[in-house]
Amino acid sequence: MNIVVLVKQVPDTETERKLDPADSTVDRAASDGVINELDEYAIEEALRLKEKHGGEVTILTVGPEQATDSIRKALSMGADKAVHVCDDALAGSDALQTAYAIAQTLGTLEYDLVILGSESTDARTGVVGAALAEYLGLPQLTLANKVDVDGTSVKIQRQTDDGYQVVEATLPAVISVVEKINEPRYPSFKLIMAAKKKPVTKLSIAEAGIDADKVGLANATTQVVDFAPAPPRTAGTVVKDEGNGGVLIADFLASKKFV
Amino acid sequence: MDFSKDTVHEDIRQAVRDLCAKFPDEYWMKHDQSQEFPWEFYNAIVEAGWLGLTVPTEYGGGGLGVTEAAIVEQEIAASGAGMNGCSAVHIGIFGFEPIIKYGSEDLKQRFLPRLVSGDLHVSFAVTEPDAGTDTTNLSTFARKVDGGWLVSGKKVWITKAQEAERLILLARTTPRDQVAKKTDGLTLFFAPMDRERVTVRPIPKMGRNAVDTNELFIDDLFVPDEDVIGEVGKGFKTILAGLNAERVISANAAIGIGRAALRRATNYAKERVVFGRPIGKNQGIAFPLAEALIKLDAADLMCQQAAWLIDNGYPAGRQANAAKFLAAEAGFFAADAALSVHGGYGYSKEYHIERYFREARLMRIAPISQEMVLNYVAEHVLGLPRSY
Ligand SMILES: Cc1cc2nc3c(=O)[nH]c(=O)nc-3n(C[C@H](O)[C@H](O)[C@H](O)COP(=O)(O)OP(=O)(O)OC[C@H]3O[C@@H](n4cnc5c(N)ncnc54)[C@H](O)[C@@H]3O)c2cc1C
Ligand SMILES: Cc1cc2nc3c(=O)[nH]c(=O)nc-3n(C[C@H](O)[C@H](O)[C@H](O)COP(=O)(O)OP(=O)(O)OC[C@H]3O[C@@H](n4cnc5c(N)ncnc54)[C@H](O)[C@@H]3O)c2cc1C
Repeated sequence: MNIVVLVKQVPDTETERKLDPADSTVDRAASDGVINELDEYAIEEALRLKEKHGGEVTILTVGPEQATDSIRKALSMGADKAVHVCDDALAGSDALQTAYAIAQTLGTLEYDLVILGSESTDARTGVVGAALAEYLGLPQLTLANKVDVDGTSVKIQRQTDDGYQVVEATLPAVISVVEKINEPRYPSFKLIMAAKKKPVTKLSIAEAGIDADKVGLANATTQVVDFAPAPPRTAGTVVKDEGNGGVLIADFLASKKFV
Repeated sequence: MDFSKDTVHEDIRQAVRDLCAKFPDEYWMKHDQSQEFPWEFYNAIVEAGWLGLTVPTEYGGGGLGVTEAAIVEQEIAASGAGMNGCSAVHIGIFGFEPIIKYGSEDLKQRFLPRLVSGDLHVSFAVTEPDAGTDTTNLSTFARKVDGGWLVSGKKVWITKAQEAERLILLARTTPRDQVAKKTDGLTLFFAPMDRERVTVRPIPKMGRNAVDTNELFIDDLFVPDEDVIGEVGKGFKTILAGLNAERVISANAAIGIGRAALRRATNYAKERVVFGRPIGKNQGIAFPLAEALIKLDAADLMCQQAAWLIDNGYPAGRQANAAKFLAAEAGFFAADAALSVHGGYGYSKEYHIERYFREARLMRIAPISQEMVLNYVAEHVLGLPRSY
């Protein structure tokens, strides 16, 4: 079974993250790039499925030159090879355009499953999986916290607020995962050394079959009109207990929709 | 000279950092206090394949050099694990040099693969109560018997002897007054730790308490001939095989502790407000931290040069000793500065600085004292007459 894992490089959440005031895109030079956290769970799940069913795990990244660091890490975790779509024309692409670019690139690959994180820590749109499935005309299984493959079908547990749903589809399919699904492994020493020799295919948009008119900031379907830093935290609400403290707290929680 | 980024080194650094992040300062404080060996950490290091980094690949090891082993130990120490973390895994990462360089094929086949799999625990048993720094004066004696040797004597400061299955043990096989050179007549053994014959007594100590260090009383311990490392009578030369490298790697541990202390102190100096402003605004607080960083970086460069020389087969006595000296001073300076920055809180356990401080102090004594480093440089580099 061949699995493609979609890996995005994002600014490290441990560092201060910035937007570039010139074009409102993420300022990637301002902080270190790391693998989007949920994508590590996607990689881990793909590796586990490979260990069980055989086949190959391919990393697919659409992103700038420096994303090679994240690709190397994915290979050090144990993926077999990588495809890196890297082209200046892609700069500023939004979620839909990225999904389109990924769909086109997948057209050049053979796969039974596509696994991705359910959202990224930078943009947090959470729509790439859905848009991709639509472009590819494939079933999508979202928010998976458990995946089982049986022959030509795949069954997942789809995490919900109060439990899970069981969703089943035929292969090939697109699966997005949540962090409950597994515990990602560390790159081991041997795999770090082996990663150096694993093939990374670098593609321009032309080579990946991506139409230049459909990607990039100028052709984006969404636009960032303005942005502002999050307001500083305000002083909390103090509840004074005059016999009705419990009720006041319950009211407060209800007003915030916690209960 | 080439200081461009080496991706393998960066990846090693990041992978060790990620692994260590699962073992926070609280884990190390707890183990330092309870004096329990950090098994969870040890096992995680084994699982990720970091043991046997310098063991040749044909025996299942990593086939890398001192440069990489040094990166691993600096990262472990810098995570806040300090010497508790480094000493727990040190011999497994680097410590088998005498066997790798001088051991028989049989010894290598029997033991190197087990080092990599992490189930072989070994102690390095050289120091003795009545010899100390004067190694050739050691009195543990191995008497030749049929098929092997019977070892008797005392050793002190032997780390991990509670866990060890084997001792890399240096003993006299010809009395000192019967050899031409006092470095002759010593033999290195890979001695089985027969607990019927070796009494192990832990030494209560100032720091690094998650890993035991012990006194050993050895009484007619049998070591078969095939467990002699290198040539009989040439044990001193055999043990020198890894000493320069050892210095560079422990120097990196010292730098790591310094970096851990500096990281905490810098954060604290930004956050702690007295006299209506963050204490880091006072140059009396800021300058020692800046100086600590400069000293650590300078020591790091010396370490990198020494490691490069060793890995490329050049003599490195001068550089390795200088690296050890600078790193031990820089690590201690940083820990001390961090303590001052924390004021009274630096003296409490809660902020971990006092633990770094106790461990940084160790690095000025072991694995070789600063004084003996200076003796080496005075005598062997400057050509001054030997004072002892
Ligand atoms: C926590 C810990 C773990 C250790 N683990 C191990 C281990 O696993 N295996 C092992 O074999 N050893 C181990 N050691 C021993 C360590 O290597 C020795 O303590 C160290 O080499 C110093 O020897 P000594 O303690 O006998 O000091 P001594 O030889 O008694 O020296 C005392 C002091 O005098 C100084 N001095 C001595 N002679 C001279 C001279 N000629 N000129 C100037 N100054 C001099 C020394 O530098 C030192 O400061 C460990 C020590 C510690 C503290
Ligand atoms: C074992 C112990 C026992 C103690 N017993 C008592 C006791 O019995 N009673 C009691 O009242 N207190 C006691 N103390 C508290 C002690 O007096 C304080 O720890 C000490 O005064 C420092 O205050 P601090 O820890 O809050 O440090 P901070 O005020 O936070 O200072 C941290 C660091 O910043 C430096 N700093 C701060 N401001 C400046 C500045 N303007 N310029 C330059 N440097 C600056 C300080 O010198 C210090 O190095 C005790 C402390 C200890 C460790």
